[in-house]
Amino acid sequence: MILSLWHFLVLGAMLFSLSIIGIFLNRKNLIVLLMAIELMLLAVNTNFVAFSHYLGDMNGQIFVFFILTVAAAESAIGLAILVLLFRNKSSINVDELDVLKG
Amino acid sequence: MSATLSATTLLAVPMAPLLGAVLAGVFGTALGGNWVGRKLSHSLTILGVAVAFVLSVMTLLSVVNDGARFNETLYTWMVVGGLKMEIGFLVDGLTAMMMCVVTFVSLMVHIYTIGYMKEDEGYNRFFGYISLFTFSMLMLVMSNNMLQLFFGWEAVGLVSYLLIGFWFNKPTAIFANMKAFLVNRVGDFGFILGIGLIAAYAGTLNYTEAFSKAGELAKLSFPGTSWMLITVICICLFIGAMGKSAQFPLHVWLPDSMEGPTPISALIHAATMVTAGIFMVARMSPLFELSDTALSFIMIVGSITALFMGFLGIIQNDIKRVVAYSTLSQLGYMTVALGASAYSVAVFHLMTHAFFKALLFLAAGSVIMGVHHNQDIRWMGGLRKYMPITWLTSLVGSLALIGTPLMSGFYSKDSIIEAVHESHLFGAGFANFAVLAGVFVTAFYSFRMYFLVFHGKERFDQNPDAHHEEHHDAHHDAHDDRGHHDAHSGKPHESPWVVWLPLVLLAIPSALIGYFTIEPMLYGSFFKDAIFVNADKHHAMTELAKAFHGPLAMAIHALTTLPFILAVAGVALSYYMYIINPALPAAIKRSMQPIYTVLDNKYYLDWFNENVLARGARALGGLLWENDKKVIDGTLVNGSWKVVRVFSNIARKFQTGYIYHYAFSMIAGVFLLMTYFVWLKP
Repeated sequence: MILSLWHFLVLGAMLFSLSIIGIFLNRKNLIVLLMAIELMLLAVNTNFVAFSHYLGDMNGQIFVFFILTVAAAESAIGLAILVLLFRNKSSINVDELDVLKG
Repeated sequence: MSATLSATTLLAVPMAPLLGAVLAGVFGTALGGNWVGRKLSHSLTILGVAVAFVLSVMTLLSVVNDGARFNETLYTWMVVGGLKMEIGFLVDGLTAMMMCVVTFVSLMVHIYTIGYMKEDEGYNRFFGYISLFTFSMLMLVMSNNMLQLFFGWEAVGLVSYLLIGFWFNKPTAIFANMKAFLVNRVGDFGFILGIGLIAAYAGTLNYTEAFSKAGELAKLSFPGTSWMLITVICICLFIGAMGKSAQFPLHVWLPDSMEGPTPISALIHAATMVTAGIFMVARMSPLFELSDTALSFIMIVGSITALFMGFLGIIQNDIKRVVAYSTLSQLGYMTVALGASAYSVAVFHLMTHAFFKALLFLAAGSVIMGVHHNQDIRWMGGLRKYMPITWLTSLVGSLALIGTPLMSGFYSKDSIIEAVHESHLFGAGFANFAVLAGVFVTAFYSFRMYFLVFHGKERFDQNPDAHHEEHHDAHHDAHDDRGHHDAHSGKPHESPWVVWLPLVLLAIPSALIGYFTIEPMLYGSFFKDAIFVNADKHHAMTELAKAFHGPLAMAIHALTTLPFILAVAGVALSYYMYIINPALPAAIKRSMQPIYTVLDNKYYLDWFNENVLARGARALGGLLWENDKKVIDGTLVNGSWKVVRVFSNIARKFQTGYIYHYAFSMIAGVFLLMTYFVWLKP
């Protein structure tokens, strides 16, 4: 079996859908939320790499490095916020974090 | 233009009193730390005014002898578009004469004040104010543009306000100064509209430039109407003069201004400031000459003032108020002369009036001091032998006021009557009647006061209110409250030399100046480039010049004319009523009660102002306020926040604070966009 672009795109779509479902279904844990976001970025990365390979353009893979770096920084900040949040509210329950509502 | 005047000298004239005012008014009071003592304070201000007086006299001499003129801008304050706002001086015969009158009377009043105010705690403040007044008045008369004129105009108004309320603990004084200020605002509103119209149509505030465009202005009409623009301008300017020169119906502030100290009544409310309106109209004569309607208006207003204010003088019992109503009446005479295009006569009367009215006021002040701060002439009488100098000078002043031949007032007043007689404008007939009847009334009230104060029985120890009771009409001098308690009993006494010296110095010009100056001022070239008269249309001055054969001939001729007979009749009547048969006035008063009531209430003008204008304005304000609450506050202000609240209450429902809601809307948005771009968009 030859792996075609199709397979990669389906994989990316599945990862993306998984992460969206993760965001929607998860009502309890903020960490899962962060993980879902990371997963969403990885789905996008998969798409980038697949297209890059099949179109023979290296720019897509360079982009992946950028996204990975930003994602790492983002999760570091996200986790730091999370720690502070837990310190102040003793909870990381998403349903309780609605102080910004109008 | 032969000789010129030095700008530095001219600048020194107003600056010297200003320096004195700052030193006495700022450094001599609690404001600047009381550095300058009483003695230094009056020395400095008198020195400042004396310098100004000497320089003014030098200016006048070089104007008269060498024909010197000065018309230059010294400083440009700012330029807005094409409109220049400048400070400059215009010196010609009119200005030089006004400078001398202002500084001379001011100097006399400064000296007089040393005696009059010596027990007052606001001594330095008072000197600061009157020097500031001198500065402002000089800026007003020396100006070469309307902006500076307006500056001086407002500055003298401010000082007048401060001085009427000089005794600020006295409620009546505060009421009076507020009234003066408000009534003057009404006039100033007209004045600034007039200046604005000139600025708008002539494009300049400078006198010379504006007057050179007068011919063009005369052809225009006021936008949207068929009125002549020049008429509107002149009437607006004259409304300003009505406020400042206390013409009917804006005269109501002047009698009340007598709440201030007497030197102020002499300087500001008789001799100088109130004549600013007359001066302004004379200065603007090239404009006024173009509008017969405005001149008629001026003449009618002046004649109403001249006659009806004189009537009020008859029934007043407060010595200062009698003189105040006489001032109103005389200002009316000047205004009538302006209306008759006899500007030089008006200014001539302004000058003679400044001397004799300042004299009468200062003499009244001296009498008030002499009888221990009683102002009610019913409780004076027989003061002749106690206050000989005051008596004599008052007699000179009164004779000058009623127009006794050879006295200064005679020349100016007779010229006014003649000029009105020659005028053929609408209203001249009434004006002629008013000025003639005014002569009789003037003679009557002047000598009523004179006889009641200086002749007849001595009544000063019969005053029921003189001692420890409250004065019944509350118009008494605040001095009553501060000291002098030990001196209340006792005979009247002559005032100290600082008080009588100015009286004597003022009595000399009051008696003589008319004789010597009538020829150059009215018929000579003294005012030739300051006052413009359209002799073809308004020939009063030409006719007057034809009939004039020297001052002595004029005096002899006058002995047979109607004004003289009326004046004598007035004096005789007052002599009969107040010396020979003193019971008569009371009987007349009883039999003419309705007329007396009308006069005692000053034609109900104060009542009208308070109840109709003031209450009406308040009612209107209340109405507008209610509407403001309903329409502006209720609908516009509150309405807009209510609308915003309704919509934001809906909008805030979308902001739940839950991340997954936001994420969902983002994804839904992306989904919709993609649907659109992939399938729907071709």
